Amino acid sequence: MASVPISEDSRFGLRRQARLTGPLHLSSGALLGPVDIAYETYGAMNADKSNVILICHALTGDQYVASDHPVTGKPGWWWRLVGEGKPVDPARHFIVCSNVIGSCMGSSGPASIDPATGDPHAMRFPVLTIADMVRAQAALLDYLGVDRLSAVIGGSMGGMQALTWPTLFPDRVESCVVIASTARHSAQNIAFHEVGRQAIMADPHWRGGDYYADGLVPSAGLAVARMAAHITYLSEAGLTEKFGRRLQGRDAKTFGFDADFQVESYLRHQGLSFVERFDANSYLYITRAMDYYDIADDHGGSLAKAFAASKARFCLVSFDTDWLYPTTESRIIVHALNASGAQASFVELSSPFGHDAFLLECPELNRVVDGFLKGGRA
Amino acid sequence: MSETLRPDLALIARTVRQGARVLDVGCGDGALMAAMRDNAQVDARGLEIDGSNVAAAVGRGLSVVQGDADTDLGYYPDASFDYAILSQTLQTTRRPDLVVEELLRIGRQAFVSFPNFAHWRGRISLLWGGRMPVTRLLPDTWYDTLNIHHVTVDDFRALVKERGWTIDGQWFLKGDKETTHANANLFAEHAVFLLRK
Repeated sequence: MASVPISEDSRFGLRRQARLTGPLHLSSGALLGPVDIAYETYGAMNADKSNVILICHALTGDQYVASDHPVTGKPGWWWRLVGEGKPVDPARHFIVCSNVIGSCMGSSGPASIDPATGDPHAMRFPVLTIADMVRAQAALLDYLGVDRLSAVIGGSMGGMQALTWPTLFPDRVESCVVIASTARHSAQNIAFHEVGRQAIMADPHWRGGDYYADGLVPSAGLAVARMAAHITYLSEAGLTEKFGRRLQGRDAKTFGFDADFQVESYLRHQGLSFVERFDANSYLYITRAMDYYDIADDHGGSLAKAFAASKARFCLVSFDTDWLYPTTESRIIVHALNASGAQASFVELSSPFGHDAFLLECPELNRVVDGFLKGGRA
Repeated sequence: MSETLRPDLALIARTVRQGARVLDVGCGDGALMAAMRDNAQVDARGLEIDGSNVAAAVGRGLSVVQGDADTDLGYYPDASFDYAILSQTLQTTRRPDLVVEELLRIGRQAFVSFPNFAHWRGRISLLWGGRMPVTRLLPDTWYDTLNIHHVTVDDFRALVKERGWTIDGQWFLKGDKETTHANANLFAEHAVFLLRK
């Protein structure tokens, strides 16, 4: 199949950024524009543009799905699923992954400069929704000359975007893969996020979000937010297996408040390394967007209605130890898809790793996604 | 399709209309669905309780949902399929009668296949041996079998009559061969019924 020569087109490749004039019409009624979108593309679009796959990232993820992270140097966050010889393969697919708006890896967010004032938006940035993130991705696809997605794929918050896609743009999505995700944020999900936000806002360095000028950022609050959230990504059994009650670099308890236990040390490390790569205000905005997420609520309370106009095929995967977005949440989506007559597949996979399982080694996940993506071409 | 289908599945695959919409309840790894898709351009959907079976079926490009026939059929709309298929799953459900009612609500017609517990080998085993039969077709012992509602051809016919369902077709199998309707209750190893409400 002939391919569009992409090497000469500056829109395609690694570490790209687009400035879209917009404005983007947000769920809140506000307008956002111009909008910057940082993104990467892998592989080449085929002649009839039928091989485009959009990958959506999770809360603290980014556009570096299959290339080394510029700050941490770590390999792409979904290299197990996306890459040469993987279910999503640049040899066959044209792959797009963009940083969600509201984030801090190059797309417009609270840390980016408001052209009207020359200062960072901070908390003057408009409150966003998952639907707004999807609208921004659609605008990016317009800019890239992509009409239809062969597939949109995401895990966790990425799954929320993937599931929102066919509800907002039913004619632009042929298949949809939603992994370890949900159709709405539960009270428990919102509660955990609120703990994280309060930790950030209670940090004296937060100062109503205007902390960009002097470099004194609310690291302590953001680290605590990350620590609390990180617990929800792991399973109790996984934590017990990894750490148990083992002590950290000592033979006995210190009868103090140092990180005596390995699990404490691990969480502190997770918190500290997170603040080096993430903006606290972005964390507020993105968790808020997730809390507002409820697809049924946007369609008169009926989840089935949300998919009525879509002809997409759906593949849902949950993990048995994921208590953040448990299997029951995926089942709610599956039942709605059955009711709307959609082509749906769903499987609960077994993993010891809790919610994080979608990012970790899971051959069954690759087999399911690979078969599902190829199934459309059988 | 190079795969050899189980005889009752091969019979169903031969009988479904080209291009029909089919729900296969208890679809296993999707062998029947794949055969119907490849040979009869059937739009097939599956429901299967076992996760590794579902993964295998989705891995071959089929639309299969992990779920339980006893609890999940209620989520499918009325008459949304031409056929609902229940192959060798009836005897494993908690309420086989309710499951068939659901099949006939969801599908315009329903295929139901099951092993005939009144086959003479089973009768001899119980009559002379005094033990629950363990045969080629019913290979599990009483304590580890998934078959919790053993049923015979005549039992099933009685249920059909009692509920006022209509039999549009019936087939009886011995090994991979079709056998006569006469004395099916004694000689058939497998029965396949095509029902409608």
